[in-house]
Amino acid sequence: MTAEDTFHAMGAFTDDPEAAEYTAYGSDWSEIADEATRLAQQRIVVNMGPQHPSTHGVLRVMLEIEGETVTETRAGIGYLHTGIEKNMEFRTWTQGVTFCTRMDYVASMSQEAVYCLAVEKLLGITDDVPERANVLRVLMLELTRIGSHLVAVGTGGNELGATTVMTEAFVGREDTFRIIEMISGLRTNNAYIRPGGVVVDAPAGTVEYIRKLIPQIRERLDHLVDLQLENPIFKLRLKNVANLNLAGAMALGITGPMLRSAGLPYDVRKAEPYCGYETYDFQIPTSTDADAYSRVVLRLEECYESLKIVAQCADRLEQLEGQPVMVADKKIAWPAQLALGPDGQGNSLDHIRHIMGESMEALIHHFKLVTEGFKVPAGQVYTAIEGPKGLLGCHLVSDGGTKPWRAHFRDPGFNNLQSLGILTEGGQIADVVVSIATIDMVLGGVDR
Amino acid sequence: MTDDVTVPPTAPDGREPLTLINVREGMFGAPGDISGYDGLVRRIEMPGATDRPYGDWFDGVVDILEELLGDRAEQAIEYVVVDRGELTLYIAREHLLEVAQHLRDDQDLRFEMCLGVSGVHYPAETGRELHAVYPMQSITHNRRLRLEVAVSDADPHIPSIVSVYPMNNWHERETWDFFGIIFDGHPSLARIEMPDDWVGHPQRKDYPLGGIPVEFKGAEVPSPDTRRQYR
Repeated sequence: MTAEDTFHAMGAFTDDPEAAEYTAYGSDWSEIADEATRLAQQRIVVNMGPQHPSTHGVLRVMLEIEGETVTETRAGIGYLHTGIEKNMEFRTWTQGVTFCTRMDYVASMSQEAVYCLAVEKLLGITDDVPERANVLRVLMLELTRIGSHLVAVGTGGNELGATTVMTEAFVGREDTFRIIEMISGLRTNNAYIRPGGVVVDAPAGTVEYIRKLIPQIRERLDHLVDLQLENPIFKLRLKNVANLNLAGAMALGITGPMLRSAGLPYDVRKAEPYCGYETYDFQIPTSTDADAYSRVVLRLEECYESLKIVAQCADRLEQLEGQPVMVADKKIAWPAQLALGPDGQGNSLDHIRHIMGESMEALIHHFKLVTEGFKVPAGQVYTAIEGPKGLLGCHLVSDGGTKPWRAHFRDPGFNNLQSLGILTEGGQIADVVVSIATIDMVLGGVDR
Repeated sequence: MTDDVTVPPTAPDGREPLTLINVREGMFGAPGDISGYDGLVRRIEMPGATDRPYGDWFDGVVDILEELLGDRAEQAIEYVVVDRGELTLYIAREHLLEVAQHLRDDQDLRFEMCLGVSGVHYPAETGRELHAVYPMQSITHNRRLRLEVAVSDADPHIPSIVSVYPMNNWHERETWDFFGIIFDGHPSLARIEMPDDWVGHPQRKDYPLGGIPVEFKGAEVPSPDTRRQYR
C-alpha cells in the first residue's frame, strides 16, 4: 500500500514517500534510535497510542519531534465511538438515560442529570420535580465530581510513576461509590436520575452512612494533598507545564477546572443554577497560574467544596425524610419503586403484588408506560450543567413522540482536547503525558 | 393511546408552524401496523415564529443585532422563535459569519463562546433538510441563545465560523462527519469520529441504525430500528 491509497488521520505527516517507518512494541528502543541515527532523518513522527496506558481511554496522539522537543501535535479520536446519540433516537426517553450514562463513564451521573433536565424542560415539568429528588441529584452529582477529580489526580500521578497517588485516590473514590451504590444499587452507569426525578429513594440509614464516610473521603484528600502539593519532584514535573492562559482558553472554548485555573471563576452551578444549587453554600476555587500544577490544586480544592455540599445534602435528606422522589404526574413517573430482593434489584414486591394481584388498570398502566414510554411535545431545548470536566451541554429535539428525534451532547472533554496542541507544542515529549492528564478527558465521552 | 388522533396539525400554541419535523403514518414505526390506526397521517411541526415582544432580554439582543446588520437584517434573520424560555434565531447562511462576528464582538452582545454545532436532519422539510444548531454562551451577560441555519440536502454548504470561534473546529468536523454538512472555509474538514474512508453520514435519518435480530426463547426479536414501536 502506498502513501496515496492509505487513509488515515496523519494528513500532512505522511505525504513524504521517503519517510522510514519504525514500529516499537515497548521493547528495546535503542535499536530504533540507532536506525534513526543511521538514516539521519531530522523529522521524526511518533505515534502515541491508540492503546497507550496514559491516554485515559483510546486516544491516538501524533507527535512530530526534534530530539526531545515536540514541534507538532495532533490528536486522533474516534476509537471509542459507539453511536450512543444515534442509538438514543431508537429508545424511549427513559431508556435514553441508560445510554448517555455510558458516555463519560467516570462521571456517569452528570450525563444522566443534563439529559433528564433537558427532557424535563421539553415537558415543562422542571419546577415539578420534588425537592427530595433534587437533593438526591445534587448528592449524586457531587459524589461523582469527587470521584472524577480523584481519577484525574490519581491517574495523573500514576502516569508520572507515583503509584501511591493512584491507590490513595482510588480508595477515596471507592468510598464515593459505596454511597452511590447504597442509594442506586450500582457503582457506575447507574441510570439513577430519570426524567421526573430519581428512580429510587435512598434506603434507611443512608444519612448516617454518608456522615460516616465523609471523614474517610476527606482523609484520602488530605493524603493526596500531603503526598503531592509540596513534593519537589511533583512540582518540577507540573509547575509551568501545559500552560494555557485566559485568552487561549476562551478562544478554544475551554471550561471547567482548566478555565478556572486561568483565572475566570465560571461555573454553571453558580452562573445558571439547576437542581437547587443556589441554595447550597460552596465556593468556586480559582487560580491564575494556568498550569498543570494549579489544576491539580483546583481539583483537590473542588473535592473539599463538594464534600461540603454532600454534608448539606445529608442534612436535607434527613429533613425531607419520606417525601416523594418522582413527579406526581403518573403519565410520566416511572410506575415502580425498586427494591433489593434475594435475586438482586428489581421492582418492589409491593408493586408486583399491586399490579399482578390487585389492579388490572395498574398493570395496563405499568405495561404501557414501560414498553411504550411517554410522549414529549415537539420542540428543542439546550441545557447545560457543570460536569466535573467542564460545561456539559445537551441539545434535545423532540418530534412529539416517545423517542428523541435528536440527542446531542457537548462533552467538555471533546472540546477541551482541542487544546492538546497548544499545551504540548514546544515542550518536552515527557510533558505530553502531563498535558493529557491535565485536560482530564475520558475518551468514552469524547467519542460517544 | 386514543389521544393520538387529536394531535393538532399545528404547533400547540397556535403559532404559524416553522419546521416540519416529520410526517408520521400509522401508529407503529415499522411495517405490519395492526393498531387500527394504520391510515393515520400526522404532520409534526416545531413551534413557529414568535412575534414581538419576545420578553426577557431577548428583544434587546435582537434589536442590537438588527441595528448592527443594518439593511441586511431582514435577509439575515429569517425567523425568531421563543420557545420554552429559549431564544432561537434562524439565520440565512450567507450572513452567518457576520452575525457570529457581531455576537462575539459587540459589547452588549458578547457571546464569547460557541458551545459547538449540533446537526439535525429533517428529511420531511423539503429544501431545508439539514439544520446546524449553534448554542452561543455569553459569560459576561450570563445568557444563552441559539443560532439555527437550515440548508438543503442538495446543497449542504454552510460557511465555517472557525475564524470567529476557533473552538468550533472539532465540532464542525463532527457535524460534517455525522450529517454531511460542508463547512466552507474550515481549516481541515476531515472526518473525526468515523474512519477516514467511511462512506455515508451515520446520523442522518436515512442511514440505518444497523443491528441484527436476536433469538430469545424461540421468539425472534427484530433489531431496534426494524422493531414495531409506538412513535
